[in-house]
Amino acid sequence: MIPILLILIPLLSGLLSFFLRSQRAAKNWSLISSIISLVVSCFGLWITNESYLHYQTDWIFSLGSRFSVSLDGMSQILSLLTTISFPIIFIATYRNEYPNAKNFYALMLLSQAGLLGVFVSTDALLFYFFWELALIPVYFLSSQWGGERRIQATFKFFIYTFTGSLLMLVGIIYLYFHTRDKSFSIDAFYALRSQLPAASQNWLFWLFFLAFAIKMPIFPFHTWQPDTYEQSPTAVTMVLSGIMVKMGIFGIIRWLAPVLPIGSWAWGDTVSALCVIGMIYASLIAMQQDDLKRLVAYSSIAHMGLMCLAIFATTKIGMQGVMIQMFSHGINIIGLWIVIDLIEKQLHTRKISELGGLAQKAPGLAILLVIVGLANVALPLTNGFIGEFLMFSGIYTSAATVYNVVFTVAAAVCVILSAVYTLNMIQRVFYGNTNALTENARDIRANEKFALIILVAIIIIVGVYPQPIFDLTRHFVDSIISKMNYKI
Amino acid sequence: MNSIIFSAIWGIVMMFSGLFSKSKRSLQTFAVVGLILLLVVNTLELNGDHFFNIDLHNMLYFAPFGLLSNSIAFASTLIFFLLSSTDIFETGHNAAEYFALIFFVLCGISIVTSFNTLLMLFLGIEIISIPLYILTGAAKKDLKSNEASLKYFLMGAFSTGLMLLGIAFLYGATPNGSFMLDDIAVGRTAASPLYMIGLLLLLVSMSFKVSAAPFHFWTPDVYDGAPTVFTSFMATIVKTGVFIGFIRLFGDAFGQMQSRWQLFVAIIIASTLFIGNITAVFQQSVKRMLAYSSIAQAGFMLFALLALNNFAKEGIILYAAAYNLATIGIFAVLGKMKDYSFEGFNGLAKSYPGIALVTTIFLLSLAGIPLTAGFFAKYYMLAAALETGNFLWLVIFAVACAAISVYYYFRIIQAMYFKTGEPQQLKVGIGFQYALFAVAVIVIVLGIFPQWLINELYVIYV
Repeated sequence: MIPILLILIPLLSGLLSFFLRSQRAAKNWSLISSIISLVVSCFGLWITNESYLHYQTDWIFSLGSRFSVSLDGMSQILSLLTTISFPIIFIATYRNEYPNAKNFYALMLLSQAGLLGVFVSTDALLFYFFWELALIPVYFLSSQWGGERRIQATFKFFIYTFTGSLLMLVGIIYLYFHTRDKSFSIDAFYALRSQLPAASQNWLFWLFFLAFAIKMPIFPFHTWQPDTYEQSPTAVTMVLSGIMVKMGIFGIIRWLAPVLPIGSWAWGDTVSALCVIGMIYASLIAMQQDDLKRLVAYSSIAHMGLMCLAIFATTKIGMQGVMIQMFSHGINIIGLWIVIDLIEKQLHTRKISELGGLAQKAPGLAILLVIVGLANVALPLTNGFIGEFLMFSGIYTSAATVYNVVFTVAAAVCVILSAVYTLNMIQRVFYGNTNALTENARDIRANEKFALIILVAIIIIVGVYPQPIFDLTRHFVDSIISKMNYKI
Repeated sequence: MNSIIFSAIWGIVMMFSGLFSKSKRSLQTFAVVGLILLLVVNTLELNGDHFFNIDLHNMLYFAPFGLLSNSIAFASTLIFFLLSSTDIFETGHNAAEYFALIFFVLCGISIVTSFNTLLMLFLGIEIISIPLYILTGAAKKDLKSNEASLKYFLMGAFSTGLMLLGIAFLYGATPNGSFMLDDIAVGRTAASPLYMIGLLLLLVSMSFKVSAAPFHFWTPDVYDGAPTVFTSFMATIVKTGVFIGFIRLFGDAFGQMQSRWQLFVAIIIASTLFIGNITAVFQQSVKRMLAYSSIAQAGFMLFALLALNNFAKEGIILYAAAYNLATIGIFAVLGKMKDYSFEGFNGLAKSYPGIALVTTIFLLSLAGIPLTAGFFAKYYMLAAALETGNFLWLVIFAVACAAISVYYYFRIIQAMYFKTGEPQQLKVGIGFQYALFAVAVIVIVLGIFPQWLINELYVIYV
């Protein structure tokens, strides 16, 4: 019952929001709806009765597709991330005024429904449905309420991801015809790994991987990302970078690596090399950026690359790190976007070179940003450290590749680079002398402070006591790694 | 049989109704009533009630597949009348004749979906084509319409000639000289050159009728020149109707030697998808873009011909429904506009949010986005091709083309929602809007529960 509620609450409240009379009502309505979703998803964590976590019913009988959704370790973590993020996004941007706000909030809720659907569905066709359903509202959101070059930027984003997902669709149909009882269910797909010959797995791998790589994004499919992040309204950028890119990671872990273990193993080195190249490349570009949004966008590419690298290392400890890092990265990056949004709203610029000395005027903001920034560079006692440490251990001890040392060292360099650009950014924006522009800056307001404090609390709690997340995902990680280690 | 006779009779009655009533409203009501009755008698036949027991010497064969596709054609025409009949009246003074001609076309479609001999196929195709030549030239004072009509007539006559030639070759190639599909099909695993030539000529002429590349050259000019309302009719109902005939012909007569012509079809598909999609990208007029889009969509429908399995037969019905609904809807909106360029759609969402929304749903359906009927239509086609197991390259190529198609469909969405401009004034009544909404709802319902349409076919077949 829980997973179906997770989809239905945002879906229905989103549809309703189109018909609300006042813009303010839409704003409050979506905040309430997202908090209800959060409560439901927390309830899903508490509950011990397994039957509440699964639901299935007939959908398209003649095609062998069922409407089946369920919550396991990974989907719990990601639904939790989604349901935490949306209220925080709504709170932090509560003072933003949008023309036609009810449509804005309606589309936001619809994209939440799509995202949650992606994370809970255990039927390939249903998964594909939600995969697209999450994309369409974001396309409209960014094109309607974005920056100056929004139309081109989001269109590029749409075409990229749509092409990827169509290729994935071909892959899904191909696998469907090879399942024993012509079914789309995930168990039927998992059963395929012993039937499909290595040659088919090798090319099928790319049909799926392209879709996921574009979404994450992995070098060289990342070119849509900085433009889209820059041009989207900040609330949408938070959804995109905090949650939506996790769809790519999620897709690999659930639908690619365990279904095509031989293909994943065969291409593991290639993909890992792409990840490492992308990480270094993105870090170097991030160091050169003067625009705050683009800086965070490139830093996100580097972080996603590390997660992808850790997946293909195929170790339990690394996979555990990915689970934590998926959650942490979402929290951290949303925190960064909130700060950037505040700066942009107040001072109407995102250029690092035009800012300076904000800490004197906005001490509250500065403290919170420093903590989020440190989590972003994975300092111990923050959530970022836990995830990255585990992932590095996983990559280093990986038996799936002979280049594990090379990958570890190259990835570690990127962590150093990430410290360079993050701290450099904090220093240049918040410290030093104030200038004419930042002279009149004011400190953070209550709603924004509230949102950031929650994020910081999560950062520290997960950083100090990550055990609950381990407990939640341990069983899932074990089963996935054993599926991935399948060799003919 | 019910629908063939009934549509012919109703066409004649429609023709004379112009003498008795000059009122547009009564003419429209008369046509709509005729179509509803047509749907009813066709459904009755689907349930086994035959009104006419004529000995046809097995020249026509009424299977659920053909009858169901008749229903799709009639239902689409009904929607077409409800949305666009005001445009029919604006085309010229002979509205009664236009309605009559449309009924004759429907009669032709009923024959084409249920022929059992090549002669009946030929007859059906001609009954479809000749009224269309007239409808294309319906705007008598418009030079473009005249040119389109003449062009269509000349090219159509040429392709009909090819078809006759092909039929003649096949007649000669069958042992006892026969036009019956069964006689042509029987025992054909190896073919004489005579037989192959006949087959290829039929392939070419049918490809011409459904505007598949490289036999598509008439399409953009004819679709662009014809009055918009009749373009809508031609590009949707007629096209999908002829497609059913195409599939029946190759399934029933040449099905056993599929491996010998499959590659030709694959090449036709690849070139149709490529030319249709690439050329559509460069169009400045929405009407012309839709003409090329109809070529591109024909490329997808041809997958059913390539595969000829159960998936293909179910899929083509769904595809016909999805494509008809969406395209009729867009053409209906386009018919209300004065400016057919992409810029003409600028800012439409501000002044007509409802119409912009349904147009968006139609466009998403044409692009094949999930939650719309168009997605499952494309899904079935890809699945049908993948089930054959040999045409992965073509499927991937088609998918790439589908991604290109997003470009030109979304240009309209961008214009409506994200660009500002002086929106056009549309003359739309409240009834038109409700009808349009109903169509959009059907598109979405079919996109979530496609089995509601397909089970009709599935249950009867299996």
